[in-house]
Amino acid sequence: MDVRKKLEILADAAKYDASCSSSGGKRKAGKEGLGSVEGMGICHSYTPDGRCVSLLKILLTNFCIYDCQYCINRISSDTARARFTPAEVVRLTLDFYKRNYIEGLFLSSGVIKSPDYTMEQLIEVARTLREVHGFQGYLHLKAVPGASKELIDKAGLYADRLSANIELPTDGDLKKLAPEKSFAVTGGTMKEISARVEQSRAERQESPKAPKFAPAGQSTQMIVGATPTPDAAILDTASRLYTRFKLKRVYYSGYSPIPLVDARLPAKSPPLVREHRLYQADWLLRFYGFRVDELTPPEQPDLSLELDPKLAWALRRREAFPVDVNRAPREALLRVPGMGVRTVDRLLRIRRWHRVTLADLARLRVPLTRMKPFIVTADHRPTGLIDSSRLAERVTPPSTQLSLFTSAREALTGEL
Amino acid sequence: MRVEVGPDLDSFRTAARGLLARGVSPEQVLFTEEGSGQGSLLAPAVVPASAPVAGLSVPPAFLELAQKVACHRSPERWGLLYRVLWRLTHGERKLLEVESDADVYRVLTLAKGVQRDAHKMKAFVRFRRVEREGEEFFIAWHRPEHFIVRYVAPFFARRFPSMRWSILTPDASVSWDLEQLTYGPGVPRSQAPEGDALEEMWRTYYASTFNPARLNVRAMRAEMPKKHWATLPETRLIPELVRQAPQRTSRMVSPKLELSESSRFMPEHQDLASLAQAAQGCRACPLHERATRTVFGEGPAGARLMLVGEQPGDQEDRVGRPFIGPAGQLLDTVLAAVGLEREQLYVTNAVKHFGWVEGEEKQRLHAKPGRSEVLACKGWLDAEVAQVRPKMILCLGATAAQAFLGPGFRINLSRGQIFETPWAKAWMATFHPSALLRMPDERARAQARIHFEADLRRAADTLRALG
Repeated sequence: MDVRKKLEILADAAKYDASCSSSGGKRKAGKEGLGSVEGMGICHSYTPDGRCVSLLKILLTNFCIYDCQYCINRISSDTARARFTPAEVVRLTLDFYKRNYIEGLFLSSGVIKSPDYTMEQLIEVARTLREVHGFQGYLHLKAVPGASKELIDKAGLYADRLSANIELPTDGDLKKLAPEKSFAVTGGTMKEISARVEQSRAERQESPKAPKFAPAGQSTQMIVGATPTPDAAILDTASRLYTRFKLKRVYYSGYSPIPLVDARLPAKSPPLVREHRLYQADWLLRFYGFRVDELTPPEQPDLSLELDPKLAWALRRREAFPVDVNRAPREALLRVPGMGVRTVDRLLRIRRWHRVTLADLARLRVPLTRMKPFIVTADHRPTGLIDSSRLAERVTPPSTQLSLFTSAREALTGEL
Repeated sequence: MRVEVGPDLDSFRTAARGLLARGVSPEQVLFTEEGSGQGSLLAPAVVPASAPVAGLSVPPAFLELAQKVACHRSPERWGLLYRVLWRLTHGERKLLEVESDADVYRVLTLAKGVQRDAHKMKAFVRFRRVEREGEEFFIAWHRPEHFIVRYVAPFFARRFPSMRWSILTPDASVSWDLEQLTYGPGVPRSQAPEGDALEEMWRTYYASTFNPARLNVRAMRAEMPKKHWATLPETRLIPELVRQAPQRTSRMVSPKLELSESSRFMPEHQDLASLAQAAQGCRACPLHERATRTVFGEGPAGARLMLVGEQPGDQEDRVGRPFIGPAGQLLDTVLAAVGLEREQLYVTNAVKHFGWVEGEEKQRLHAKPGRSEVLACKGWLDAEVAQVRPKMILCLGATAAQAFLGPGFRINLSRGQIFETPWAKAWMATFHPSALLRMPDERARAQARIHFEADLRRAADTLRALG
């Protein structure tokens, strides 16, 4: 099979992994080398699904001994199979990189023979790129859950980022759909990575020459909507992963129907907006000081699809408003619907020099209509709105956003 | 006063320093650019160069902003920078912190525009490889919005130190010779190389990494504006990928429905009795040729538990009732042990005819039905489920389980687990009782028997819990 045909199969097989981040860390090539990483990642292209193409995202092979029901590469799927040699992946990465198509490589693989054997193959690609070709572009390697400690340690020396996928939000979901996987095994791999990342950071504080270990940290992915598990459990798992293993990101990937699907899985994707709401909630947990039970209280374990999670929280907790933008502390401002971290920090600077008015807010490009009922400014005080039963209606944005309808129409008319 | 600046930051700084030293306020000065031909009626004033003004210091943040704003194409930028500089040095030292101030806001907007353009240049430059006298060169043609070539070029030098490369733009060009950057004049697109053999490979990747189930053209266009498409080799695929997306998605969502052959033999009026009768005439697969009769399911309509086996055996074929041979007797024993009564269950098979091969002593030996026979017979099974509407379905053996869930189902991995399915609220698969009789290894057989009983007990408990 020629390399192009393999690329077609193995890129297709890898596209269900949502992560394409190439940010974090710093690398610079020597005179004879190639590549750099300078903090912020670069998206080199966008596909018509609106997702960025930053890394060459492929599987080394889609042969797999596992039978995870949501995965197109499971052993019982009759999808076309292919396998790259490590040398082919190295060549392809360098060729693409030299033409400035990509920031680097995101290499994953079906599990062949054993987790260790698979991990060794991935490491061989990374080692060749770094040591033989002086490649300093971004490398994201999949850490195969259950691979030995020694191999994980080795992978982290070459990779910028490692990720072991948690796959499904609860251990029960895994038992049902991915019988060979478990939280215990994946968690063990994550723990090993986070311990080594921390160790390397400490060593580098002592001596900057100490080797880097996965300087862009670790991430994971969870498939959403393949099981009936509610958002509360999903966010709870995510929040525990952030605290226990210091993950950089949890990616939520709306279950995408795969060809020749198993009848236990839904034939339809969850609405894209659910994935979007989970990312919003995830952000609120990490940067806005919210707790899981505030966003998904027991009586409402799923996030609202119509309202963003912060607005939904504010409508449940009206007594916390209005907030005075000229006086309130940072934590209170962060909880105002429509107020982002950057806006809050700007306001804190601005209000040292003059009293903030609606005009100031308008110039900061905030969603003023949504925000107004919840704030007090030098020239504005909401009147009774907070108690109004029609408040939700007034502040709910029209539900056209994220609708697939527009795109379907574009597909029909060919209009771009 | 009209002041002419060369379109670069250094020339502006020299002029601004002189103006500030002489106390010229922003309203009194009009900046024009060299060669822009503006204000030709008036000779430009010559601002005498000034030594750094004592006590005149500006925040480093301003210099950083000015560097970006200077790259902007807008002619207002010099006047704007001077106005902000004036205010910073006339009592508003912290002006830059007030991001909602009209001037600051404008400066930030211009800087953001340049920043974005620079970012897009880093992203969208596409090198094409050419060979000249045995040496390889990488050449790109790109159309930035602003004058950013000098601002961005060092990035490419850091990234591609071991390649000889050039980036050509309509306003300026830059080359790297492994040692240093050299800047030159603008170059028309016609002078750039036409293509690169690797672009076909890149397009293959682009098309394969696109997920048609998530089509979102608007998001793509927001990040990859059409003005850049001309120099991106992958974009020519977009119209076709978009056009095909709904079709590809629907193929993913509903894989080719395998219409059961048996549908041709269905009676018009469907109840269990008329189904059983019609099934006697089924010729949907060749099994009927060697079997004595169709062995249809039996049990009351409205049974809460439905048992599905594989196919009738020798005795069932002779008598015409399911699960009455040795396997059926074992089943009855275990059912009784877990408190389930056979009379209240609906019992049937995935395949309704006995499939067999002739043994050495001319006896009829069970032959496992193939996928095509299971599918041919699926119509009857579906019709039975629709009539019985059980709360729970218990599949005995892989053939029955796969009739529902597809050939990927593994008994060893998923045995004993309860699933919610379109056919019944609870669905479970376990061993076929004849497997318990046939396993050659005694220990394995005993082990399987324990599992089998536990699964049936769990099924009985689940059924009770379902109310």
